[in-house]
Amino acid sequence: MALFQLNVNGTTHELDIDPSTPILWVLRDHLNLVGTKYGCGIAQCGACTVHLNGVAVRSCQLPISAVGNNALTTIEGLSEKGEHPVQKAWIEHDVPQCGYCQAGQIMSASALLEANPNPSEEEIESAMNGNLCRCGTYTRIKAAIKTASNS
Amino acid sequence: MLSFNWLTSCDMTPKQVKALPKEWFELNGFLKIGDNGLVTIMSPNPEIGQNVKTSMPMLVAEELDVDWNDVIVEQAPLNTSVFSRQLAGGSQSIRQGWNSLRMAGATARAMLIQAAAQSWGVAASEITTLEGQLIHEGTGNKSGYGAMASLAAQQEVPEDVVLKDLNDFKIIGSSKKNVDGTKIVTGQPLYGLDYRSENMLIAMIVHPPAFGMKLKSLEGSEAEKMPGIKKVFTIKTHLEDYSLGAFDNDAFNEIAVVVGNTTWEVMKAKEVLKTEWELAPAKKEELNFFGRTVTVETPAGLESSTDHQKVFERMAKKKGKVVRKDGNPEKMFSQAAKIIERTYTCPFLAHNTMEPMNFYADVTPERANLVGPIQTPEIMEGSIAKRLGMDKEKIDIQMTRMGGGFGRRLYGHFMTEAAVISKEMGQPVKLIYSREDDMTQGTYRPSYHATYRAALDKENNLIAFHVKTGGIPESPLAANRFPAGAIDHYMAEEWTEKSNITVGAFRAPRSNFIAGAEQAFLDEVAEAMGKDPIDFRLELLDRAEKNPVGKNNDYEASRYAGVLKLVKEKSNWTAADSSIYRGTAAYFCHNSYVANVLDLEMQNGNPVVKKVYCAIDCGIVVNPDAATNLAEGGVVDGIGHAMYSAITFKDGMPEQNNFDRYRLIRHSEAPKEIEVHFVDNQIDPTGLGEPPFPPIMGAMANALYKATGVRHYNQPFITDKPLAG
Repeated sequence: MALFQLNVNGTTHELDIDPSTPILWVLRDHLNLVGTKYGCGIAQCGACTVHLNGVAVRSCQLPISAVGNNALTTIEGLSEKGEHPVQKAWIEHDVPQCGYCQAGQIMSASALLEANPNPSEEEIESAMNGNLCRCGTYTRIKAAIKTASNS
Repeated sequence: MLSFNWLTSCDMTPKQVKALPKEWFELNGFLKIGDNGLVTIMSPNPEIGQNVKTSMPMLVAEELDVDWNDVIVEQAPLNTSVFSRQLAGGSQSIRQGWNSLRMAGATARAMLIQAAAQSWGVAASEITTLEGQLIHEGTGNKSGYGAMASLAAQQEVPEDVVLKDLNDFKIIGSSKKNVDGTKIVTGQPLYGLDYRSENMLIAMIVHPPAFGMKLKSLEGSEAEKMPGIKKVFTIKTHLEDYSLGAFDNDAFNEIAVVVGNTTWEVMKAKEVLKTEWELAPAKKEELNFFGRTVTVETPAGLESSTDHQKVFERMAKKKGKVVRKDGNPEKMFSQAAKIIERTYTCPFLAHNTMEPMNFYADVTPERANLVGPIQTPEIMEGSIAKRLGMDKEKIDIQMTRMGGGFGRRLYGHFMTEAAVISKEMGQPVKLIYSREDDMTQGTYRPSYHATYRAALDKENNLIAFHVKTGGIPESPLAANRFPAGAIDHYMAEEWTEKSNITVGAFRAPRSNFIAGAEQAFLDEVAEAMGKDPIDFRLELLDRAEKNPVGKNNDYEASRYAGVLKLVKEKSNWTAADSSIYRGTAAYFCHNSYVANVLDLEMQNGNPVVKKVYCAIDCGIVVNPDAATNLAEGGVVDGIGHAMYSAITFKDGMPEQNNFDRYRLIRHSEAPKEIEVHFVDNQIDPTGLGEPPFPPIMGAMANALYKATGVRHYNQPFITDKPLAG
């Protein structure tokens, strides 16, 4: 156990916790932020995607000891009331089926558009290939990303 | 029943402009109306992503005659006194709820009218409604439902209630957004894995590492000393006197349990658990399959995929059990000028819902409060009542939104496990399966085998058809489906081979293999006959419609032909484009008809799915855009599994336990475009969760042949080896 100060969605949290604890479980079990999902634990599915200083990372493989005072953003902190262009595009295209993967998809998509506001089809696929969707909403996700990039 | 329902979020979706009412009035178990006209509609069935949480309330709202913007949807808990068939499976929710849900809305509307008639002193027959307003033209009286709700709730439930004419629908047939859409995209707690309560502990399990093994010993003292760990012990999911039901498997009945404060602490403690396993004996058990007693024999031993391949080779040479025979197929085959024979296989598959198995249980001597993802809550209520020795009335079950079902969560052993663990701990417990625990637990899609034979005469006419299917441990045969009924001389036979690998219903059971095999074979027959693949099928369907062969043909030929004609038209099938390679397929299962055209392009020597056309006849479509989404998902899912996915075995152990070795389709592999068309008719709605999944696998195989000259007979096509490891 060690003491950490963690910056999540603009708020600093103090945690006395095992340094190897992945941010995924820090968020879910200790900070009651359950929007970030567990799908595989080995960074193969993308359900746990958060932003570390705006860059998409898989929080299941990010131990709290590695974060320092870098800023973490989760799906809950992406916008106040679901007003982020990516979230609005997701609603416009009615993307989700079961919805479990979608927070991770949105976090990957929003990081992509932040770095590359006008991605090509190949760039979208490449950036999003780490996010699995078992329900097969890939075509809608792509359409929503294109809509968000145009807005 | 329940005083507070966690699943009622106070969050208002943007579309709701009215504030919450001061008071709610319950008109029946399906709906309550607020004093300001807002309506809460209960969605009875479990939600697995098929969006019944939107479409079932749409049926109620239509007949109630309210503005959809005034509707709040709540997930109903298990409540057998109000709802029937609270089950997600078989693509039956809309089909079986079509009348009862509309009746619930219409009955409530009639009670509102009765209340207004009383209030205004006029005849009920003179009162009309319009989207939440009661109107009496003669006197000019008007009232919103809200003002009349209290009096309406006191009315006698009317007996004879008339439903709307189909042509008067305003909500049904229009696209409505997913009622949970905003909550999903903002990461609000929705899933079983997200549920938490005061004083809750986390539990994880360890099941045998291989099928054919059982627990020998558990040494948990080191694990128990780890930080945050409360207890390490073993449980038995089912006791010796438990009689298995249709959705029970008990290969891993005795399992190790680790309970602690947080997930990461429990995961770390699991790593230092000392477990010993030993070979499990063969079993012979009675299973109650919906009232029918079935004997299930489970062999001992550690099975490998190489063993399964030997089973396929051995059984392929033996005669199966004949299930259907029309005419004299043996004679026709002996006289044939040409025989085409092809064999198809597929591997076991894991369901791999994105949300792993989990359940919350708070069991005290007085009550059991269970919250989580389950497709069969009513069955589990009975099962858990027996296991805990508790009355069903003392058990409350809330169904969370599920991160996927696909049939996996029909098998609620994890719910029983959570309840037993909570009882042992005397505290609320959330049980979580890791992805590895989940993927190696079993309940797989079986491994199947099919050999098709077609006999052609000298003029290349099709004179006989023979299908022999088999599987480990069940056969995928549907003997009465097309092309049975279209061919004079037809034979269907099957075999099975026992296994100790557990299996379960996987999206469109049996169809999810046999459709692709059959549709790929029909393609080869069409080619040998020099016929266009769609025209060939239409000719057979024409025969089946006008002069059907035999009895009990399990499809309506005109509707089957209908989706083929629609997909032919919409895909511009006959337009030549030498850079596009096209494959077609069609299938009927779970009461609905689906036809596909799949367009492949070669890019840098690799086949890329450019576009898929999908024509569907599922009767009346309740929520068109959501239905389109579901069909798109079925197409992607079908391509993905046919191309990439497999569970293989070495000495009883699954060789894949996470997504590094178990391949699922990804963004870049999905079709670039999917176009879905629905046949427009007024037939009562039939299912859509499963029907779009099977046929696309045949279309993919057929398109790949056109593009590469290679026919793929063994799924996954990416390896195309029988049960490749």
